[in-house]
Amino acid sequence: MNSAPAAAEPQIRRAAKKKRNPELAREERAFWLFISPWALGFLLFTGGPIIASLFLSFTDYNVIDAPNIIGLKNFVDLFHDKLFYKSISVTFYYAVLSVPFTIISSLLLAVLLNNKIKGQALFRTLYYTPSIISGVAVSFLWMWLLNPDFGVVNSLLSQWFGIKGPGWFTKPNTVIPSMVLMQLTSIGGTMVIFLASLQTLPSDLYEAASIDGASRVKKFFRITVPLISPVILFNAIIGIISSFQVFTQAYVITKGGPDWNSYFYVLYLFNTAFAQFRMGYASAQAWILFIIIFALTLLSLWVSRRLIYYEYDSKR
Amino acid sequence: MLARRRVSHGELSLGGKIVVYGLLLLGLLLFAFPLFWMIITSLKDLGDVHKLPMTWIPNPIRWSNYAKVFHDAPLERYIVNTVAYTAVTMVAVALSSSLVAFGFARLRARGSKYLFLLVLATMMIPPQVTMIPQYLLFNKFNWVDSYLPLVIPAFGGSAFIIFLLRQFYLGFSRELDEAVKIDGGGFFTIYARIILPLSIPSLATAAILEFMYRWNDLIGPLIYLSDGSKYPLSLGLSNFTAAYAATPWNLLMAASIVAVAPPLLLFFFAQKYFIQGIVITGSKG
Repeated sequence: MNSAPAAAEPQIRRAAKKKRNPELAREERAFWLFISPWALGFLLFTGGPIIASLFLSFTDYNVIDAPNIIGLKNFVDLFHDKLFYKSISVTFYYAVLSVPFTIISSLLLAVLLNNKIKGQALFRTLYYTPSIISGVAVSFLWMWLLNPDFGVVNSLLSQWFGIKGPGWFTKPNTVIPSMVLMQLTSIGGTMVIFLASLQTLPSDLYEAASIDGASRVKKFFRITVPLISPVILFNAIIGIISSFQVFTQAYVITKGGPDWNSYFYVLYLFNTAFAQFRMGYASAQAWILFIIIFALTLLSLWVSRRLIYYEYDSKR
Repeated sequence: MLARRRVSHGELSLGGKIVVYGLLLLGLLLFAFPLFWMIITSLKDLGDVHKLPMTWIPNPIRWSNYAKVFHDAPLERYIVNTVAYTAVTMVAVALSSSLVAFGFARLRARGSKYLFLLVLATMMIPPQVTMIPQYLLFNKFNWVDSYLPLVIPAFGGSAFIIFLLRQFYLGFSRELDEAVKIDGGGFFTIYARIILPLSIPSLATAAILEFMYRWNDLIGPLIYLSDGSKYPLSLGLSNFTAAYAATPWNLLMAASIVAVAPPLLLFFFAQKYFIQGIVITGSKG
């Protein structure tokens, strides 16, 4: 008698398992059905192409002839390719100028807009609005604003200050700074992110600092900047990654010129693939791009561990 | 206590207020100027555009520039193409992503955790890596010079939006699920009757993120479309000057305004979703 319940127990458990199984199986089938759009999309448009791209990077495929496997030749050639170095240095130069420029200007603007004043909401909307317009139209707009002969900027420089304005997009040493300058009116998005994080800062720290007689500038550098440093880092990473994706401005305004001085990395990649149809070489370029972005992201995360103040964030 | 805190933190002295207003108004002049100058230029006569020293007010005011750009380039065709293309991809991305997000958030299955990690991992891959094999694939399908290569992948959803919506769905209470089950409804009923109506605002945000990307994208249409009658606004505008010997800046600015007006209008009507979209994008890190 005693052993009967013990013997029955596994049976009950098995029965229970059997009873639960159809329901679980039904749920599992439903899961696959629900995620099938992503799963199909992944196989066809992401996972499959990643493998194909890796394969292509070891071939000389040019769309017309069948691909020949040439080993690491594409990568070796890239390291002897002057334009490859030029496009990397152009892109880095742009990133080095544009990331600090965008972050500093949008942070200052966010701090200004965080003051409790009348019309605050209206100001925020108005400052954000110019960043809605982007792409080809904004490239043409800046090309016109900075036109060396008839552009409004050079006209005003000569009329008001008697200065002969620079050649902007048309001269090798001003083309990249001009592309950075045109980012000015599109800092709205970054500004909104900074504003959102400024609004979460605790007021007691500022009060304590005020009691100690700290100035606004001191409070900004000693409290605000350390507290929102994770957000600054996030925006810096995004900024670096998007520098490596610059295409439209360069394609529309300069086509990479003058004298390759705005030949951005993705523009070079695009021309290799879709003007010269050197798909193997372009795939190798794409993988180098992936490695650069991946390495920069890891580097920024490593830097952040040493420099960034996370204590406030973890309390949240 | 709370009231005192607020006063001591945010309030500015009169002098401080004047400085802040002054800086904000000055900055606003700078920020509004490009758009202002775009409009002014679009209304000028070509001779007026090249006049030195420059003039502030168009004389005469050439409203006819707008008629002329529609005459010189098939802008209305570009607009129809772009609107249809962005509308389809917006809806496709938002709906597909929400289906997938529901699966990951609510349904138990073996390996779902690892699959979700795979979704996240795809966000690390720059689009340039998959761009070339995708082109070769669509070339094989004979889809080049049609919108299919730009539209069909949107039905797979977007990894980033799947990630956002999943977070959102995880926070929903499951109490209503039981009610649906008692009524004999399945998982799809739960999705369609409970989750979908509750997620309309976040789907709107997702759709707007997608809209802004598609409206402005140049590289995608540039790769796939060669027939001018199929161009979207971005590509059509980038080729606008090809028909002229010298750049007609007044007409180019008029055409550019036509291209940026719809996103601006949408922004004024759906501001909330735009701002939400950015804040969500920013809080990911």
